[in-house]
Amino acid sequence: MTKLVISAIGPASSVQDGGRHGAQRYGLTPSGAMDRLALAAANVLAGNAPMAAAIEIGPFGAAFTARDGAVRVALAGASRNADISGHAAAFNTSMTIADGETLTLGFARAGSFSYLAIEGGIAGEPTFGSLAVNARAGLGSPYPRPLQAGDELQVATASGAAERRIDLPAETEAPIRVVLGPQDDEFDDAQKQLFLESEWKISATSDRMGYRLEGPVIKHLHGHNIVSDGTVNGSIQVPGNGAPIVLMPDRGTSGGYPKIATVISADLGRFAQTPAGKPFRFKAVSMAEAQAEYRKSAEFLRTLPDRVRPIENFDLNIEALQDANVAGAAVSAVDAATWSP
Amino acid sequence: MSATLPPPRLLPSGDSAITVEFSRNIDDAANQRVLALDRTIAREPIAGVTETVPTYRSLLVHYDPVQIGFDALSGQLVALARLPVPPVTTTRRWRIPVVYGGEHGIDLEDVAKALNTTPDDIVARHVAGDYRVAMIGFTPGWSYLSGLEKSLHMSRRQNPRLLTPAGTISIGGVQTGVQCLAGPSGWHLLGRTPVRTYQLHRDPTFLLEPGDAVTFAAVDAKTFADQDRAAEAGEIVAELIAA
Repeated sequence: MTKLVISAIGPASSVQDGGRHGAQRYGLTPSGAMDRLALAAANVLAGNAPMAAAIEIGPFGAAFTARDGAVRVALAGASRNADISGHAAAFNTSMTIADGETLTLGFARAGSFSYLAIEGGIAGEPTFGSLAVNARAGLGSPYPRPLQAGDELQVATASGAAERRIDLPAETEAPIRVVLGPQDDEFDDAQKQLFLESEWKISATSDRMGYRLEGPVIKHLHGHNIVSDGTVNGSIQVPGNGAPIVLMPDRGTSGGYPKIATVISADLGRFAQTPAGKPFRFKAVSMAEAQAEYRKSAEFLRTLPDRVRPIENFDLNIEALQDANVAGAAVSAVDAATWSP
Repeated sequence: MSATLPPPRLLPSGDSAITVEFSRNIDDAANQRVLALDRTIAREPIAGVTETVPTYRSLLVHYDPVQIGFDALSGQLVALARLPVPPVTTTRRWRIPVVYGGEHGIDLEDVAKALNTTPDDIVARHVAGDYRVAMIGFTPGWSYLSGLEKSLHMSRRQNPRLLTPAGTISIGGVQTGVQCLAGPSGWHLLGRTPVRTYQLHRDPTFLLEPGDAVTFAAVDAKTFADQDRAAEAGEIVAELIAA
């Protein structure tokens, strides 16, 4: 049986998919990929369903070795140096790791999370329809915890299909859009303005449960305790110390701090990819605009497979490298020796 | 005079969820309306609604904006929420064994001192209670119960503990709770139950439902240990005394 061996991996790396749904009423959080679009892009390149389980790789480096057969994979999300046994590999393309070869990834250069999809998916036992790791609840398969060096994933042997690439729109640096509420009435206008007009940074203590924000202190109108109510991905709660926390896919399903605003679904992946320490801003939009953006990104996800193109020759491969912003003009994609992190 | 109830507040929780809020406080009547709306939606699904999450005072309704927009869904939810709360025909009632005090409930003595009484009296009052699962949340199976006797209301600990044991039975504010997994808590720990409200490979995975009635029964440490082993092997251990 073919295996993909985790030869090296940093923290915050785990198997993730579209998440488990339907049990939030029992306190079970959905988990799932931090950047669903990047997960989907990697999966469609590998010929999988868009929300199939893949490896979510945190900001640090990683290495994966094919054993007992070749393994076809695809990379998307936060770009980083990548090579297979010394040959440069590109993001937003599929590639085949020959038996015994190793795909080596450097630190994330832009963004935080990259996704490695494996042709045929990852063998595991789903719970509530998902393999996604939720370490706190002891859920996830094949390992109910973040990945560690030495772990082995049972995978399909590479089909030998022609490699493919995908064109994705360039990343925008626009503000992260939010809809105010559900508890924006726990803050006066000056505090809401402070929240919307300030520059924020994501704290290094952030994780898959929540991103802590560094910036001005946001003061409550009536104190920081409310009766616990339900949370969503992107809920921006303001605890007693006035430093907002944006709830992410491993969040608690309920929370007792006022929530000033909610990140819109279309911007959640881009927000999740914002590296710690990089300044950004929020922008309030109307419900109509947020839902129009939701529908647009749902349509984009639905038509993602149509954007996949064959890699016809090596020129195109270089173009793919440049598109993915992994190869600068001064670097030759042909000569891996010119690659340096 | 209108036959309908006052409308809830509809609060946007982003672009794909609405918080239907019946009260800002912990309030049994509001919780009844939350659970009634939850049952109504379960019985007559609304196209586009993907998941509902009942809490003390509000129902969080997740939906797919491709199928239904905020305004259309809000209108339907308000109409449903104003219908009179139908009487609950069947309520499941569970008896949950608890070993109180000592190493199993490290705050029992302090709670008794703070309330000027004895640990036995605290246990007697806690066991005498008739509780209702108001909501399940935070972590899998963490069941928040309403119905705690007023004399046991106590503000939460100044310094929450980062790790409290699986199966902890505790009190905090006006609530008591059954905690399933080990984890942080700012509540006062009275005891432990062998009952797993969440157990992955058991049918059912989740034992309690919002709206279920719960009473506690004091057991000794040996019974706890025996039942804990049985529960680990997949037995339910909690007794269903009415359904």
